[in-house]
Amino acid sequence: MTDLDPMKTDLLAAIAAAATLEALDGIRVQALGKQGSITALLKTLGGMSPDERLVQGPRIQGVREAVTTAIAARKAALDRADLDARLARETLDMTLPADAAPQGSVHPVSQVLDEMAEIFADLGFAVATGPEIEDQWHNFTALNMPESHPARAMHDTFYLRAGEGEEAKVLRTHTSPVQIRTMMGQEPPIRIIAPGRVYRSDWDATHTPMFHQIEGLVIDKGITLGHLKWTLETFLKAFFERDDIVLRLRPSYFPFTEPSAEVDVGWTMEKGRRVLGGSEGWMELLGSGMVHPKVIAACGLDPNEWQGFAFGVGVDRLAMLKYGMDDLRPFFEGDARWLKHYGFSALDVPTLSQGVGA
Amino acid sequence: MKVTLDWLKQHIDTDASLETIVETLTRIGLEVEGVENPGAKLAAFRVAKVLSAAPHPQADKLQVLSVDAGDGPLQVVCGAPNARAGLVGVFGSPGATVPSNGMVLKVAAIRGVESNGMMCSTRELELGEDHDGIIELPADAPIGMAYPDYAGLNDPVIEINVLPNRPDCMGVRGIALDLVAAGLGTAKPLAYAPVEGTGAGPDVRTDDAEGCPAFYAQSVTGLTNGTAPEWMRRRLTAIGQRSISTLVDITNYVMFDLGRPLHVYDRAKLSGGLVARKAVAGEQVLALNGKTYTLAETMTVIADAGRVHDIGGIMGGEDSGVTPETTDVVIECAYFDPDGIARTGQALLLTSDARARFERGVDPAFLEQGLAIATRLVLDLCGGTASLPTHAGTPPTTRKRIAYDPARAETLGGLAVAPERQRAILTALGFAVEADWTVLPPPARRDVDGPADLVEEVIRIVGIDSVPATPLPRAAGVAKPTATPAQRLESRVRRAAAARGLNETITWSFLSESQAEAIGGGTWTLANPISEELKVMRPSLLPGLLSAAERNLKRGAGGVRLFELGRRYLSDGERPTLSVVLAGEARPRGWQNGKASLFTAFDAKAEALALLAAAGAPVDNLQVMGDAGDAWHPGQSGTLRLGPKTVLAAFGMVHPLTTRAFDVDGPVAAVELYLDAIPPKRASSFARAAYAPPALQAVRRDFAFLVPDSVSGDALVRAARGADKAAIVAARVFDVFTGTGVEPGHKSIAIEVTLQPGEKSFTEADLKAVADKVVAAAAKLGASLRG
Repeated sequence: MTDLDPMKTDLLAAIAAAATLEALDGIRVQALGKQGSITALLKTLGGMSPDERLVQGPRIQGVREAVTTAIAARKAALDRADLDARLARETLDMTLPADAAPQGSVHPVSQVLDEMAEIFADLGFAVATGPEIEDQWHNFTALNMPESHPARAMHDTFYLRAGEGEEAKVLRTHTSPVQIRTMMGQEPPIRIIAPGRVYRSDWDATHTPMFHQIEGLVIDKGITLGHLKWTLETFLKAFFERDDIVLRLRPSYFPFTEPSAEVDVGWTMEKGRRVLGGSEGWMELLGSGMVHPKVIAACGLDPNEWQGFAFGVGVDRLAMLKYGMDDLRPFFEGDARWLKHYGFSALDVPTLSQGVGA
Repeated sequence: MKVTLDWLKQHIDTDASLETIVETLTRIGLEVEGVENPGAKLAAFRVAKVLSAAPHPQADKLQVLSVDAGDGPLQVVCGAPNARAGLVGVFGSPGATVPSNGMVLKVAAIRGVESNGMMCSTRELELGEDHDGIIELPADAPIGMAYPDYAGLNDPVIEINVLPNRPDCMGVRGIALDLVAAGLGTAKPLAYAPVEGTGAGPDVRTDDAEGCPAFYAQSVTGLTNGTAPEWMRRRLTAIGQRSISTLVDITNYVMFDLGRPLHVYDRAKLSGGLVARKAVAGEQVLALNGKTYTLAETMTVIADAGRVHDIGGIMGGEDSGVTPETTDVVIECAYFDPDGIARTGQALLLTSDARARFERGVDPAFLEQGLAIATRLVLDLCGGTASLPTHAGTPPTTRKRIAYDPARAETLGGLAVAPERQRAILTALGFAVEADWTVLPPPARRDVDGPADLVEEVIRIVGIDSVPATPLPRAAGVAKPTATPAQRLESRVRRAAAARGLNETITWSFLSESQAEAIGGGTWTLANPISEELKVMRPSLLPGLLSAAERNLKRGAGGVRLFELGRRYLSDGERPTLSVVLAGEARPRGWQNGKASLFTAFDAKAEALALLAAAGAPVDNLQVMGDAGDAWHPGQSGTLRLGPKTVLAAFGMVHPLTTRAFDVDGPVAAVELYLDAIPPKRASSFARAAYAPPALQAVRRDFAFLVPDSVSGDALVRAARGADKAAIVAARVFDVFTGTGVEPGHKSIAIEVTLQPGEKSFTEADLKAVADKVVAAAAKLGASLRG
């Protein structure tokens, strides 16, 4: 009877020494193949007496088990080594750049308009719009600026060419005509803001012939200057996300409001920059007032029944104050570098829960 | 409007500081834009006397002076020809800054002789243009006194923005009276000695009762028109007016002091009497500014028998202007209709201080007194003899009566003010308040015509800043959404575009004519553009974006992806539009993909479809058609339509002639999305339609067809999809091939068709039947299955 132990030892040694899958398979065939040494031993079991088989059977099976397990383990080890080698060959310079996705942006003016719409929606204001090529009645006359009114000449109005006998249309000089269209188009109570492009024939460091304005209008019963002040304060506190916004009202004049007030906002110096809040100094921010009874009447409403307030503010200016641009002109130049720097991510959607600033 | 503190105090008796006055002015609506003390920069200059003058040992044109500026003799080198012993002038000691050139004086040797300061000329101190010699003051000027104190230059000038609704504050007195009403002091009476005129008044009348309802005049004969007195010149100079002659200075002085414009005619240059009348169309006048104006028949003028002498209330004529030789004058004090003045001024593009006042409306009750004050000044300063005044016509002095309810201060102004306080304020402002609260505004306050104006008067004096903030009533519950469908759509496409890597820009609404022509021309052209570049309202957003792209590329940008959301201005309205321009490199060269790639029409198509999808448009139902327009590449552009007529978008490559017109090199892909054409999403409940994913797996089958070139991929896909609507759920082109093996005039299109089994799996026979239907449907387009 062959001594099993040396055979087992030899086989296990050979398996451990097999350097390749091919060599390992050779050993498998040699031991477990049809002509293999263990196979041959198994075949001898048939010729044994039952007692002898009872003794030899488990021994031979034991060797077979050990060899099979050793081959599987060795195969796994060789497979792993192969994989490791392949992966090592696949090594890349991970510092190489990935393809850069283009960085899109939302223009600051759009962002600020979205912010304002969000804040004013909470106060119950809807957003209204109107044409930019406007007739003189809506832009001036209905706003208590009859033809010879000096304020009409002060507006630096752009006129459009008109046909013979037609009144020239104008590029709206303010968003106030939307007040008129709204009051004529819907029943009070009214709470709207009306943002949009407006035009004045003026061009220097702080003026461009096209800019953005937002109008606010409230028409209801019993609305007073006090409501105007609260609304502006509330809006500015929310917009700048500061509780120390201080307003100063000064009497002023607009043909379409009476009484009229210019609104100054207090500022403080922070890191060499004027920021709104506090009251180290004052800057003029917006014009406002109680809607003139003549304007209400021009819209077909009874000024004895309905009254309210209106205000207008430069959107570009608010954007500059909040986000720190100090020149208006690049707003309309389409410089991609500027747009990427001062623009906003598509995901910066202003909401009350996440904040209206980005 | 500028006033000086000293001038204000001629009309108001007050102890208030300059600071208080300035604060109060702004608080009551007379916004102070600046305060300047013209004497501040001269504070270091003193009155000094030249004790002796000796020749400079080294220079012929210089002298060595001994100067006493109050601290004993100082040696000063001086080059002025008029420097001499005994002269009293203005001395700057070391440390003083010369206003004209910013030089700081110091002790220095001039050609070897020490000089301890400088004797100054008028120009060096910015007091005038004279530089022929040093200033010569009267011999009795106090030596050592600060020059600004001596010369009365320490009178702060306050610049006030007088708003168009305050005609009464276009004169110093009106401003002073507003301060009085605000409680800052008491008004001084307007004192003047009455004029005892003799002889008939000048021959004046008005034939234009509408344009010039009142024409008052008085003549003065035998006068001398010299130089106005120091105090008058000083005030006029301080507020920026040039002193011209006594007569002219008097008219200016009365205008700025009392808001009462006047005109003085040289009587010797008039032929006959003066009449206020409408101009004859085409009539011309040479105005005092040296320009000739052609008048229209709507304009009011003052003329004599021969010609027009005054564009009534705006500017006098050169021909009858006063000169140093003038001895006899007619002083005009008239009332001109504000609307007429505004129209005439606007038509002639002529502004003047007189127009600014008449246009707002001067006090119609101040003609007689205004004329008397002017005549008094002429008599006092120029001598001569005054005639009696002539009062032709009647100024509109009827006072409005306003029914006022003092509760309005609170119900409109938001500020509770006791009725008696209101009465006091209104009375102080010159309003008459009757017992039943009927209020009569003063004649000078043409702007006041209703209760709201009275509320404003009360509130501004009490202090508009003390109006308490009152919360707007708030609707119950959480704020409701307010955005309209159009606003939601704009917001979604804007953010979708930004999320896709596009940069939002805002470009001008107006273009140059040539830019507008390059895309087919615009409908709306400005009559008064600010520049030729900004003249035509854009019919498309592409020009602005192409120009922006061009600027970015010129600056070295690799790829430019810009979009704008704005309006196109068409003959039938303003159309909300989103346009995209893709220029330069779509992808830069890189280590993975090699060379840079440029944008293609399909990049544009991808953007168009993605943005339409974001807008909620039914993208699966859109048809790709042609006719994007002349601005586009004829073979690489298209429109996306919902049905044959509704164009939702145009996309593709921009026509090379168009890009060339905007100076852009290389191909440009673009999209225009017509936002108002996109159908609004149907309002429905939040619940979605019921859906369960199919249990069985979909099956894919590929077909390669040979089709004539004229057949579009889209047509083939639609035919395939329509072949068996129950089984086929999708079809798409995955290969297009021409060349070897494909006969000329044809192309090979390979499509992948997706079949979705329902309850049970497809059998081979089922699949064969569907495939046959696909082939048959394709055959109708002239397509044959490739072998």
